[in-house]
Amino acid sequence: MTDVLLQVEGLRKRFGGVAATDNLTLDVRAGEVHALIGPNGAGKTTFITQLMGELTPDAGSVRFAGQPLEGLDTAARVRLGIARTFQITQTLDEETAQANVALTIQAHQGHSFRFWKNAATDPSLNEPARRLLADAGLAARRNVQVRDMSHGEHKQLELAMALASEPRLLLLDEPMAGLGVSESRQMIDALKTLKGRIAILLVEHDMDAVFALADRISVLVYGKVIATGTAQEIQADPQVRAAYLGEGDA
Amino acid sequence: MADIQNTVHKVAPAKPKNVRSHLLIAQLIVLLAVLPYLANLFGQPALVSLATRIIILAIAAASLNLIMGYAGLASFGHAAWYGLGGYVVGILYRHSVTGDPLFGLPIGSDQMLITVPAAILIAGLFAAIFGSLSLRTSGVQFIMITLAFAQMIFFFFVALKAYGGDDGLIIRRRNALPGLDTRDAMVWYWICLGVAILWYALLSRIVASRFGRILVGVRQSERRMAAMGVRTYPYKLVAFVIAGMGGGLAGALMANHMRFVSPDMLHWTQSGEFMFMVILGGAGTLLGPAFGAAVLIGLETVLAAWTEHWQVILGPILVLAILFTRGGLSGLVRLVRGGRDD
Amino acid sequence: MALLIEQALNGVQLGFTLFLLAAGLTLIFGIMGVINLAHGSLFMIGAYAAALTAAKTGSFLIAFPVGLVCAAIAGMVIEFLVVRRLYARDHLDQVLATFGLILFFNQMTIILFGRQPLFVEIPSWLEGSIPIVAGVQYPLYRFVIILVGLLTAVGLYFLIARTRIGMLIRAGATNRDMVRALGVDIKLLYTIVFGLGAMLAGLAGIMTGPISAVQVGMGEHVLILTFVVIIIGGVGSIKGAFAGALIVGVVDTMMRAFLPALMRHLMASGSEADALAGGISAMGVYLLMAIVLLIKPKGLLPAHG
Repeated sequence: MTDVLLQVEGLRKRFGGVAATDNLTLDVRAGEVHALIGPNGAGKTTFITQLMGELTPDAGSVRFAGQPLEGLDTAARVRLGIARTFQITQTLDEETAQANVALTIQAHQGHSFRFWKNAATDPSLNEPARRLLADAGLAARRNVQVRDMSHGEHKQLELAMALASEPRLLLLDEPMAGLGVSESRQMIDALKTLKGRIAILLVEHDMDAVFALADRISVLVYGKVIATGTAQEIQADPQVRAAYLGEGDA
Repeated sequence: MADIQNTVHKVAPAKPKNVRSHLLIAQLIVLLAVLPYLANLFGQPALVSLATRIIILAIAAASLNLIMGYAGLASFGHAAWYGLGGYVVGILYRHSVTGDPLFGLPIGSDQMLITVPAAILIAGLFAAIFGSLSLRTSGVQFIMITLAFAQMIFFFFVALKAYGGDDGLIIRRRNALPGLDTRDAMVWYWICLGVAILWYALLSRIVASRFGRILVGVRQSERRMAAMGVRTYPYKLVAFVIAGMGGGLAGALMANHMRFVSPDMLHWTQSGEFMFMVILGGAGTLLGPAFGAAVLIGLETVLAAWTEHWQVILGPILVLAILFTRGGLSGLVRLVRGGRDD
Repeated sequence: MALLIEQALNGVQLGFTLFLLAAGLTLIFGIMGVINLAHGSLFMIGAYAAALTAAKTGSFLIAFPVGLVCAAIAGMVIEFLVVRRLYARDHLDQVLATFGLILFFNQMTIILFGRQPLFVEIPSWLEGSIPIVAGVQYPLYRFVIILVGLLTAVGLYFLIARTRIGMLIRAGATNRDMVRALGVDIKLLYTIVFGLGAMLAGLAGIMTGPISAVQVGMGEHVLILTFVVIIIGGVGSIKGAFAGALIVGVVDTMMRAFLPALMRHLMASGSEADALAGGISAMGVYLLMAIVLLIKPKGLLPAHG
């Protein structure tokens, strides 16, 4: 048995009469890229918010590195080594790109009950922040206010911020959404460099990206995983073809 | 991974701006320090007392600014800490005169070095209690609940007949400070100015520190802070307590300045005025609250000299300021600011 | 026992007065997302308009609609001139702008009518007491306040749950664009809702007039109590406002009525007991709010979504 990092079993979440997550079972192995695909409204983002502890599931369990996550809030899960990016980016818009990454590093270094030393000139924050921004291709943009950055740059910045907390598991919620062709390629390259080092759960609509990156693919329809396997297995699966690939947007 | 090495910028940004703003602050301090001489020179000695009042209120407003301007927590109960600080001075003074014990202890003092720290601690203690509850809410609920708790403290002191109730407490002599004559208006002004400068310097450190960065992040996106692995509640609570302590400090000084405390200091309109000082001067800027205090008190003084019904003019001015200027003087203040984004 | 029933009814009566205010405030907040501090001023305007009309005409029946209309018009004027510009702003701006309005209204009232409180007589046909249960008499006027509050609550329920305007109100709260697509003038709808909220506040003011003094500042005291009601009940929820108002009304009244006697029983010094009881009962509802908040941070009956 390969080393399982994230183990989700029988997860359920209902909103009123609608099952957003319906007996969802899935695992992510250490170092693998596991893509989660599915039509709009399949419950992908709802699933991620439950993994992060922003939403409490009605039933089921989530274990990370063997530890049950039940009852832990988002911050605690992040400290265990789970990081995420958002479908609609969530950044500190009045700050510079560097300040955003530096604050994430600060959070990762431990508590912030330090009241005296100037944080903006702290090399233990700024130097790794610059390195991460350079990795993300944002070296020249580090002193730009985030609100003045492009959509693609926001996505790159969020990835840099997620990596700043040195996670063991990355949850990426549609990192390619809205990116141009060359931006997508850049993002795929950036993610390829992480492959093998950090486990990734990749929620994505862009099938080129999924096939380029994923070791395994799971297909989510109406809150249920209907199939899991390699790219070839998924493409050949009749159930998937009927429920998902047949819908045309893939 | 190939392009890590080719960007080693070592240019520290924004040095000239820092130098300029430090210079401006130095000029401002010098101007404030010589203000009593100028006031006497122009035959306006009453100005010294007015300036003292503004400086004291500026301490309270700056404290509110830490939570409201930087962390985005709009507290409508700041007068509670201000009033508590005032009452600590008033009650300690009363017991130092009568010699009656308080809670069975021989407590009572007219020494500023004792009364002011006591006011700061008591205000901070109560801010911790009420803050820990209030911070369970957010948004409009937080506004309402801070107002309601402040109102509770207001009613407590109104009902507290042992310390004057509605009528308040008179402090016959300003607290003493070794080596200085606090009863001299100019000396008293300088004492308050010195305290204010220290408080603002402390806040400027806090705002720029790691702790301050967290507060600024809380204002912009709680969700992002959680995704960074930060549990924000303890930071908000500590900020709330620091703000409460600053309010207590200002209240202790004001009680000495007026030689009087009453539930008026705790009135909800006082909380509203503190909020206006922060907003008019520019929320989330270091010196904004000081300018806001000066503008609001200046405006009140001018209008009050003109008509006893000055509030009928002030009200619409404030409405217009909110509707059309979005933060009043903050554009001006931004030139000399030391906060918000480095 | 008779005293207990009477005081409980007094609490219910205060509760219904608070409900009228809380319903308007929470309706406006729930639909337009605006927190209006000047809601207390509308309470005051209703009370003053009715008191002055009653003094001039000697008729409560004329004073009553005049008070309602004045409060509603004042509300719509406020909405048109100020609040309309605050819908897209954050709550802090709303609080501060409407705080400015309070300063204006209070001072204007002083200029026009002075600082002396006005006293309004209970109309003769509502004077006297009626038997409630065997051996317990209750003032008719206070009983009528309870009835008016109850009728208003029922009326509000039907308005929101059963009528076309109620449907628009519910839809407008969740989806402005949809309502606009239906060809409804959402600006006008908002002005009307604001006027309705103002009228409820005015109604509370009119009814309160004869049992307390009509004076400057009466609105703010009751406004803050209304905030406590809303926090206890749950922001944006009319049901919560109803439950919260009755709880606050009864708790506040009972503590003021019975705590002094209880404390005198427990403590040696009578005057100290009175002072302590006064302090505690003044803080009572705020303590209650703190307890509710500890257990249910979103209030007892929070609005959905």
